[in-house]
Amino acid sequence: MAKPMDQYTWKELLPGCVVAEPGSSREYHTGTWRSARPVWDEAKCIKCGLCWVYCPDAAVVRKPDGYYTVDLDYCKGCGICAAECWPMAISLVEES
Amino acid sequence: MAREGMEVSIAAAEAVALCDTDCIAAYPITPQTHIVEHLAELVADGELEAEFIPVESEHSAMSVCCGTAAVGARTFTSTSSQGLALMSEIMFIAASLRLPVVMALVNRSLSGPLSIWNDHSDVMSVRDCGWIQVFVEDGQETVDHMPWAFRVAEDPAVSLPVAVNLDGFILSHVIEPIELWTKEMMQKFLPPFSPVNRLHPDQPVTMGAFAMPDLFTETKMAQNQALIKSKPIILKAWDELLQVTGRRYRPVETYQTEGAKILLVTMGCLGQTAQLAVDALREEGEAVGLVKLRLWRPFPFEEFRKAVEGAELLLVIDRAISFGGPGGPVASELRNALYHAKKPPRVVNMIAGLAGRDVQPNDFEQMVEQAKAKVAEGKEDDYLIYGVRG
Repeated sequence: MAKPMDQYTWKELLPGCVVAEPGSSREYHTGTWRSARPVWDEAKCIKCGLCWVYCPDAAVVRKPDGYYTVDLDYCKGCGICAAECWPMAISLVEES
Repeated sequence: MAREGMEVSIAAAEAVALCDTDCIAAYPITPQTHIVEHLAELVADGELEAEFIPVESEHSAMSVCCGTAAVGARTFTSTSSQGLALMSEIMFIAASLRLPVVMALVNRSLSGPLSIWNDHSDVMSVRDCGWIQVFVEDGQETVDHMPWAFRVAEDPAVSLPVAVNLDGFILSHVIEPIELWTKEMMQKFLPPFSPVNRLHPDQPVTMGAFAMPDLFTETKMAQNQALIKSKPIILKAWDELLQVTGRRYRPVETYQTEGAKILLVTMGCLGQTAQLAVDALREEGEAVGLVKLRLWRPFPFEEFRKAVEGAELLLVIDRAISFGGPGGPVASELRNALYHAKKPPRVVNMIAGLAGRDVQPNDFEQMVEQAKAKVAEGKEDDYLIYGVRG
């Protein structure tokens, strides 16, 4: 969106409130919803990528060294990655 | 073109086919009418080049209609009573996405007890779904309002779904002399559908995205304004329909209202019966007239107030009950519309004709007597369920 949602007047909305700009959800940082963040223990991580597969927000990112991290702009802290990680390499750490 | 005796449902289907409809999605069993049955035949026989999508429920029927309208196909469906109830969730979405679906809504009562007969309880349950809603009262009006509905719905300034309400059985299943439109008339009146929004890979858009609390109010304001502002287009389409057919339609129709002290107010088929009652009462010297609401949404406030100017008493006949509320939904809205009038008429509300119970001209005469008695008692704000035993 060209500007934050709370600045749009009703006259500026497109008919049916269609979003004509593809990929605009990127500008909405859902990471602010998070109350806990995933933290990887690379000593336990086997680089299987299940966290990357299961993340419903595509917020898990593969690093050049093959280990994984998270894009905190979009991670909502749902914990699915930690629940699916069978080598128990991911723990959820509460946000302060 | 000559008039021909036809079942109104069949004629409605023929009119939809003449509109060069691209897609019809419908659930085929009761509560349903010959409208979609005949359209299915026309498609199967190769007489109408359209997709007929038989779905597994009315919820799916309306969902399919949203999808086909979203890709730019001229889209039609029809249903009644419980089928409408099942569609209702998606009807709100069709309106909020501004998808110009057209529906022939054959009005029948909502269960229970189980009933298949005619009243307006189904349409009143979706009164606030955001569709343009219009009522017709005979076969010719039904046929004329199929192209009219597409013309209004698809107008780029409108882009909203339209429901054409016709009474079940007493209209949908009767045989009447009807003039079908010619292809030339249709070409003159109904331009090809050119959607405002369209799902297409060349220009991707997102339909049905979510809105946070900081935007939702603005989306509803925009939707409400779109419905209110559809009225000039609705009137223009009726003007153009007059040019093509010679038949004049108005948002509020009046009959013998000049000098009338008492006005009957009806929607749908009852209007024709009420005309006979007005004639009889006029002969007896009663200053009675009739107001028929054709346009229900957007509500024609201005035309309605003008039509009832000078009347002392309105007798509003509702064909649905707002349980535990102020009586019937129509009377309750009309009272609201008159609240700020300088000299508003008194409003007496009668609920009649539920689930196919016949309303004859002499019933209207009885209602007028009962309404006068209520006013004399000073109880005009109450409502009566006319003819109920016990």
